[in-house]
Amino acid sequence: MNHHAGENTMIPESDKLSRREAMKRVAAAAATISVLNWQTFGAGPVTAQPYGTDPLLNKNYQSGDFWPLTLNRPQKATTRTLADLILPADEKFPAASEVGTVEFIDEWISAPYPAQQADRAVVLEGLAWLDTEAGQRYGTQFAALAVDRQSALADDICYLERAQPKFNVAAKFFAKFRNLVAGGYYATQKGWKDIGFVGNVPTVTFAGPPRKVLEQLGLVGG
Amino acid sequence: MAIITSSKSQPSYDVIVVGSGAAGGQTAYTLTMGGAKVLMLEAGREYDPVKETPMFHTTAQAPLRASSTPDKNFGFHDSTVDGGWRVPHEPYFVKRANQPGWHEASDWKARESDQNWMWWRARMLGGRTNHWGRISLRMGPYDFKPRSRDGLGLDWPIDYPDLAPYYDKVELLIGVYGSNEGLENTPDSSPGSLLPAPKFHAHELYAKRRCGELGIPVVPIHRAVLSTKQDHVNGPAKLHPSNPRAREIIRKHMKLRAACFWATPCGRGCSTRANYQSTTVHLPPALDTGNLDIIPNAMVREVTMDAQGRATGVIYIDKTTGKEASAKGRLVVLAASGCESARILLNSKSNLFPNGLANSSGKVGRYLMDTVGAGVTGQVPALENLPAHNTDGAGTHAYSPWWLYQEQAAGKLNFARGYHIEPGGGRDMPGMGIAEDVTAITGGGYGRKFREEMRRYYGSFVDFAGRGEMIPNEDSFCEIDPERKDKWGIPVLRFHFKWSDHELNQAAHMHRTFKDMIEAMGGRVTSTVESDGRKAIYPPGAIIHEVGTTCLGSDPKNSVLNPWCQAWDVKNLYVTDGGPFVSNADKNPTLSIMALAWRSADHMLEEMKKGNL
Repeated sequence: MNHHAGENTMIPESDKLSRREAMKRVAAAAATISVLNWQTFGAGPVTAQPYGTDPLLNKNYQSGDFWPLTLNRPQKATTRTLADLILPADEKFPAASEVGTVEFIDEWISAPYPAQQADRAVVLEGLAWLDTEAGQRYGTQFAALAVDRQSALADDICYLERAQPKFNVAAKFFAKFRNLVAGGYYATQKGWKDIGFVGNVPTVTFAGPPRKVLEQLGLVGG
Repeated sequence: MAIITSSKSQPSYDVIVVGSGAAGGQTAYTLTMGGAKVLMLEAGREYDPVKETPMFHTTAQAPLRASSTPDKNFGFHDSTVDGGWRVPHEPYFVKRANQPGWHEASDWKARESDQNWMWWRARMLGGRTNHWGRISLRMGPYDFKPRSRDGLGLDWPIDYPDLAPYYDKVELLIGVYGSNEGLENTPDSSPGSLLPAPKFHAHELYAKRRCGELGIPVVPIHRAVLSTKQDHVNGPAKLHPSNPRAREIIRKHMKLRAACFWATPCGRGCSTRANYQSTTVHLPPALDTGNLDIIPNAMVREVTMDAQGRATGVIYIDKTTGKEASAKGRLVVLAASGCESARILLNSKSNLFPNGLANSSGKVGRYLMDTVGAGVTGQVPALENLPAHNTDGAGTHAYSPWWLYQEQAAGKLNFARGYHIEPGGGRDMPGMGIAEDVTAITGGGYGRKFREEMRRYYGSFVDFAGRGEMIPNEDSFCEIDPERKDKWGIPVLRFHFKWSDHELNQAAHMHRTFKDMIEAMGGRVTSTVESDGRKAIYPPGAIIHEVGTTCLGSDPKNSVLNPWCQAWDVKNLYVTDGGPFVSNADKNPTLSIMALAWRSADHMLEEMKKGNL
């Protein structure tokens, strides 16, 4: 199996790491989480089995079908709040959490694969950071904040390149989390409609782009 | 005859075919239609695309939104079974950059690997044809005589006209859409061989318009997809002019295959049989002849020989029991993939053949090739905010054949051979990378503004993928590892590989060209344009065009096979997969594998009829 597992990832207890450095190492060492104190994040390492090289393909799966989920109630609340801040409901389309995005993120960080386990460390630590930061600034957890206060916090971390150095790790979490929210959301029927994906339907002929598309591209005539 | 277990097999067959993909499928099709009794051995499990293909399933219905994982390297819905860059219990060994010694191949992301070879296998009936890209390009006249043209590599012992009638037949049989453009070294098909080319996507039309000034042609690609129903009235007589029974069988299957309904990615396979995969196109009619038995889960170890140096059959491991079994035939055909067939030959050692079977030339395993691959991505403002429209189609509809023959001949390029370009883009089913692409431009954000940006940029990204010719060299080959075996006790392969400057310079040229194309479209490059070919080129094997290893030739001293894909050393032994290739033109090899296999199988039938085999 993965021969990288278990190599060069011991982090001595005596090492007093900066928060930033600690989170960097968490991300880097996520595949070998056994040496980390997962209690910090309120969750243990993933021990479930992968789905293997011959899973049944033509089946409709739900989050949790292949491996147990992770998030506890407060973590779900933080996840839901941040997901809906990133993709809030508008006049036509639902907020992220209304189409199963929280469950999807839970499924993602619970998967027994190295990439997802790396994200697990980033997401769980990031969720904890949000609540800690909300507590320091406003005296309550993130999910209980008014939207303008959620936004004030998000504004500090939502542009990775512009984030102050002290927010760098949190900004990386935010970028990762945004990728998961969007990946989860736009895969749904509502997400398709929102972004304008109208495929995955059978048609008798392939008609090519409609005239209004050709016009916009300057491809009509000439 | 049917799909069977090893205990139900006949005592002897006319032909044993090892492998069930493009080569095994075509070989068995031609032989069984011609009346030969065939046993096909497949190392993977039985697989039925009609029942198993996830048609119309959305990514939201799959774990992890169908993302790639170490178990399913091309995503959850990719058809590959028990395969990918690693196969459970069947290791291979490679070198890694700046690390001494041999390493078990362990990487599952080809483009990030420092392995010196990436080997994609699929352990399933139909092999890699179930998921392949379906791009079906003929080699041209130049491609058979590359050494005569520029002094590099090797010439084929056959010419384009030898294979042209077989290209026509394969196109007619499997169903290939495309057009005849009359371009240099890009052969036209005979009238009636091709199905109509689908219309271009918006980004393809836009590339055609804007890249014209660069002198780069953008024309319909050829892919093995039924853009219309096949011509079951006239087609069968062209395929089997003197074989009424074969005509009836293939007519029935042409009627059964549906035309493409322009949805569901081809890589999942196709339950309506609208694209080519061996399991829906070659094997059903071959089984209908009553002349074909197939044993799945049969991992062939070696070819067995008699005292006169004739092949008598094969020994295989029945993976369902772990026990050794044997099969007997007048002929043995290896069609297991270039490297797997070379492995079987090298493992078939005997007193008569101490260096492995059919290897008196020492060339078995030699001249291993892949295709040169490199790509650049970009974002095109003109494609932003387009009205929502369905761009699924049948994958890529356009491509750019190599266009710089004159410049190359005039010595203006620092590499010897050509490449073609496959454009990508459109409003695909959203995947997990959808936000990353956008925030790479916007920097980040959230909320209503982020939502608007997602809508604006969706469908405005393009990519250009180059697929170029590799020249065979002495430093690229596979051999048997002297110590290591797989779970079945069969010695495994290890790989040596080296690009020459021709491939590296070509990859750098691709990057420059694709940057120019994106900019000609008014776009900006969003990946890194590398001037160093070593950084531009994908790792060896990554394009999954594994050819070479049992080269054709006109001289037994320096080739493994004669021009009929028949072993010089053992006349009742043939190899019909990618192994016989002596060059690897930029034309994706599968169509040529099938044309060569058909021609070779015709030769087998004639030789059997004449009593020569």
